[in-house]
Amino acid sequence: MESTHKSNMATPVLTETIDLAAKFPGRVTPDARPGYSGWMVAKEALVEVSTAIRDELGYDLLSNVTGVDYPEQSKLEVVYHVYKTTGGPALTFKTQTERVDPAEVPSLVSVWPGAELQEREAWDMFGIKFTGHPDLRRILMWEGFEGFPMRKDYKEPFHEEDNKPLKSRWPEGKHSYAEARNPYGDNIMFKPGFDPEKWTPTDPEEALYAALKKYKTEEKDGIKTDHIIVNMGPQHPSTHGVFRAVVVLDGETIVSLKPVMGYLHRNHEKIGERNTFLQNVPYTDRLDYFNSMYNAWPYALAVEKLMGLKVPERAEYIRVIMGELSRIQNHLILFGMLWNDLGAYFTPALYAFEERELILDIYEAVAGSRMMCNYQRFGGVVRDIDEANMKKIKDLVFERLPRKIEEFDRLLSENEIFVARMKGIGYLSPEDAVAYSVTGPTLRAAGIPYDIRRADPYGIYDRFEFDIPVRHNSDLLDRYLVRVDEIRQCLRILQQAVKQIPEGPFLAGKPQYQVRVPAGEVYGRVEAPKGELGFYVISTGKGNPYRYHIRTPSFINITSVEKMCVGTKIADFVTILGMVDIVLGELDR
Amino acid sequence: MSTNELNLPDFNIPSELDGKVAITTLDRVYNFGRRSSIWPMMFGLACCAIEMIAAQAARYDMARFGMEVMRPSPRQSDVMIVAGTVTKKMVPAIVRLYNQMPEPKYVVAMGACASGGGPFKEGYNVVAGIDKFLPVDVYVPGCPPTPQALVAGMIKLQEKIDKQSISKVRWYQKGGDSVEVAVPFLGPDLIDPRRIPEIKAKAAELATPSAQNAPEK
Amino acid sequence: MYGQGLIKGLSVTFSRFFESYTEDIRWLFKRYSKVEFHSSKDTRGTFTIQYPEERLIIPEEFRYVPFLVYDEGENGEKNIRCTSCGICAKACPPQCIWIVRTSDPVTGRPLPQPAEFYIDADICMNCGFCAEYCPFDAIKMDHDFEIASYTRNLLNKERLMKPASYYAGIRPKNNAREEAARAEKAAAKAAKP
Ligand code: SF4
Ligand code: SF4
Ligand code: SF4
Repeated sequence: MESTHKSNMATPVLTETIDLAAKFPGRVTPDARPGYSGWMVAKEALVEVSTAIRDELGYDLLSNVTGVDYPEQSKLEVVYHVYKTTGGPALTFKTQTERVDPAEVPSLVSVWPGAELQEREAWDMFGIKFTGHPDLRRILMWEGFEGFPMRKDYKEPFHEEDNKPLKSRWPEGKHSYAEARNPYGDNIMFKPGFDPEKWTPTDPEEALYAALKKYKTEEKDGIKTDHIIVNMGPQHPSTHGVFRAVVVLDGETIVSLKPVMGYLHRNHEKIGERNTFLQNVPYTDRLDYFNSMYNAWPYALAVEKLMGLKVPERAEYIRVIMGELSRIQNHLILFGMLWNDLGAYFTPALYAFEERELILDIYEAVAGSRMMCNYQRFGGVVRDIDEANMKKIKDLVFERLPRKIEEFDRLLSENEIFVARMKGIGYLSPEDAVAYSVTGPTLRAAGIPYDIRRADPYGIYDRFEFDIPVRHNSDLLDRYLVRVDEIRQCLRILQQAVKQIPEGPFLAGKPQYQVRVPAGEVYGRVEAPKGELGFYVISTGKGNPYRYHIRTPSFINITSVEKMCVGTKIADFVTILGMVDIVLGELDR
Repeated sequence: MSTNELNLPDFNIPSELDGKVAITTLDRVYNFGRRSSIWPMMFGLACCAIEMIAAQAARYDMARFGMEVMRPSPRQSDVMIVAGTVTKKMVPAIVRLYNQMPEPKYVVAMGACASGGGPFKEGYNVVAGIDKFLPVDVYVPGCPPTPQALVAGMIKLQEKIDKQSISKVRWYQKGGDSVEVAVPFLGPDLIDPRRIPEIKAKAAELATPSAQNAPEK
Repeated sequence: MYGQGLIKGLSVTFSRFFESYTEDIRWLFKRYSKVEFHSSKDTRGTFTIQYPEERLIIPEEFRYVPFLVYDEGENGEKNIRCTSCGICAKACPPQCIWIVRTSDPVTGRPLPQPAEFYIDADICMNCGFCAEYCPFDAIKMDHDFEIASYTRNLLNKERLMKPASYYAGIRPKNNAREEAARAEKAAAKAAKP
């Protein structure tokens, strides 16, 4: 079975239909709700079933874990999407629990360690307690925050109405500042009778340091050594934003590391569930703000799948062109910033920004904005690429970028200092990479040729000739080289795409600001420059998504950072983190 | 840099000395020095920060205004460009950083988020504008403001500095050495220490049955 | 040889450094026409645009905060195009538009004109949905980005209104297309009865 999949790599076929219900009678039933698919697993059997799914059926990559709240049925649901790294479609399974506190579900960290942060997120947002989870704390909000924000009955302090469009905006325009409506006059909320003077402050970090305590002291050769804890971030020049890592050090060597996040938690999902379907498109731009052209794609894919929309040819090509330009630009910035982290302050970054500016010029001319493109629509894109801009793109992909990539390669790749800082650092074994749900260039640098553009093609990627660059040492240098190769492959795709792009419409149907999306659930995913980006959307047939969850590569790839860092020097942590390529808008959402 | 910028318009400088001598006031010299070396803090919060970096990069090059020295340490910086969404979890750190900056210090709210909450204002973890905590000098709207817009905002800040007078500025007054802002802390929700009595009164009022029955608005 | 890669890299830096001088000499006599060159594929040397003296070429589709278009009447009156239909307010993702509709003082029936029109520029995400879905071409995205101020920016109707000629100036192609579509519609309407 294994080998047939390998040979099918280029064009994976929908493989055998798996009948989980027959395999686990009584414990697994098909999810029969209209519009839903997958399997409903009894929560008592969850660990057993998922172990079998991993070991017997070969679904080794846990892509997505998320909660869904069904207050009407008084149920909390956990949804899992698993994939094979050899390619093919997803296997979806779910488990339900009563909507009481504490709502308990067994943790799957023992089966797929990559579930760790995602389960913590589900706990934070939904209050689903994962029994057996090694370190179940709040992740995006702080310890001590009141309420589980993603539950349907949670109302934000500025809550006005459940769904947009809000009635107060028109025709009476009775709108006032949200501050005026809130009793506290600000975006805050307290239980009635709350007394801030009597309230005993609990340290939000207490649990975190408690979790690190086990690393604190050590007896070695009869000498008792004490480790020090270093907090890097949230304001640190090398963490690429407001990311924080708490590092336990033995001298200069990292003993343990905990990522702390949520400093940019902007409540994407909650806002997304209040928004109409279309209104979410500009919000997706703000996820991975380097790649706004790519971000809306999986969302559009998901919604188009529900709506049954066919995207016109030209629009498919435009999406590929814009998306691949975005990938080039993303990797270039990464290289520039990597050198900042290594101490070569700003020269390579300036070179990288130069190319980026030229690409952004195209975005600005076509989509209207340099960074927040808001370019995708359901069934196509908003605007055509006209002649002049097409010429600009051609100039870039045929002339300038190939030249500049080689220049970059010359500038950096063989530099001895660079190689010394990168070679053999941050090793992550292929087995670990898969277990930790790592995707993107990091996974490919570990020797696993998993790229969704080939493994589960979307759009029109199956028409282009390109290779998936793979390296096998799984260190920082390889992660860098994989990306260099990837840029070259991007150029190959681009060159084919701009040659082949047909004339024709660029949007299916008429532009509409309110779309009708049939009820159902869907998971759309793409190979974003940083890894697998997925959108899990549930529609109930109304104007707004019932559930809108984003599986972001930055968030899930960060799970593996501890594994990569332990045993290396603190100075290498900066580089390792840089090479994971996180972006905070996406990490915290 | 020519001396013309420093010259007071009312004095006639003989042509042979033009460009070599400037007649000016102390305020002008003082402000000229400060406006030409505004060091921003290297501190980005969200998407706007990328445009801030782009403004520092080759194409827009803020170095032309003496703003190229981005300092990661608040102790060495003059202006805090709040570039991005301010979240409740982050705001204690931002206020602390602000308190650590030496006088004279300025705050530029870059982008819709920092100015007034931006598109994420309705979120439960978002602070609706940094001006709820810090005194903001310049607001740059836009989402994100293009690098050029940021530079325009920084020029606006320079204009503001030009209008200040050394005898009146806050940091040379008695006692007013530096503005300390009380650092908010995280409880069940974000608590601003300056507003504790208010919160207490309001929460007590909400706890009385009459308030509970009354409609929210 | 150890150090070869280093030298290779430094040669790139050096040639860039050198280029920045040769290019500057090339542009010595026409300093202010190089913006276009630096936005093209051939750009070399100093990449900097000397804003505010030089400005980047703003493409037509560029969007900043929206504005309301009015047609200038013969006597200088401002005929606002907006009919207060409310589509922009409904489409706006962060819901930062709010409109007060005018009602006829006698009959109380709504009139096709807004009494008040607000956009909170501190919430607006410059997404352009309002301009995209307005059926009357009444709200458009501005090109003017130099609107930094010392206070917050709540834009009211007076501040939002800009003449149609301004719109035609910043977006000539779009304007021509819309004019043509409107003329066609008017012709179709005239031909009907
Ligand atoms: S204003 Fe817009 S671009 Fe800036 S941080 Fe907020 S959402 Fe991001
Ligand atoms: S601007 Fe356009 S969409 Fe908005 S109310 Fe006026 S006419 Fe309607
Ligand atoms: S640009 Fe977008 S956010 Fe701004 S007013 Fe228009 S629809 Fe609203």
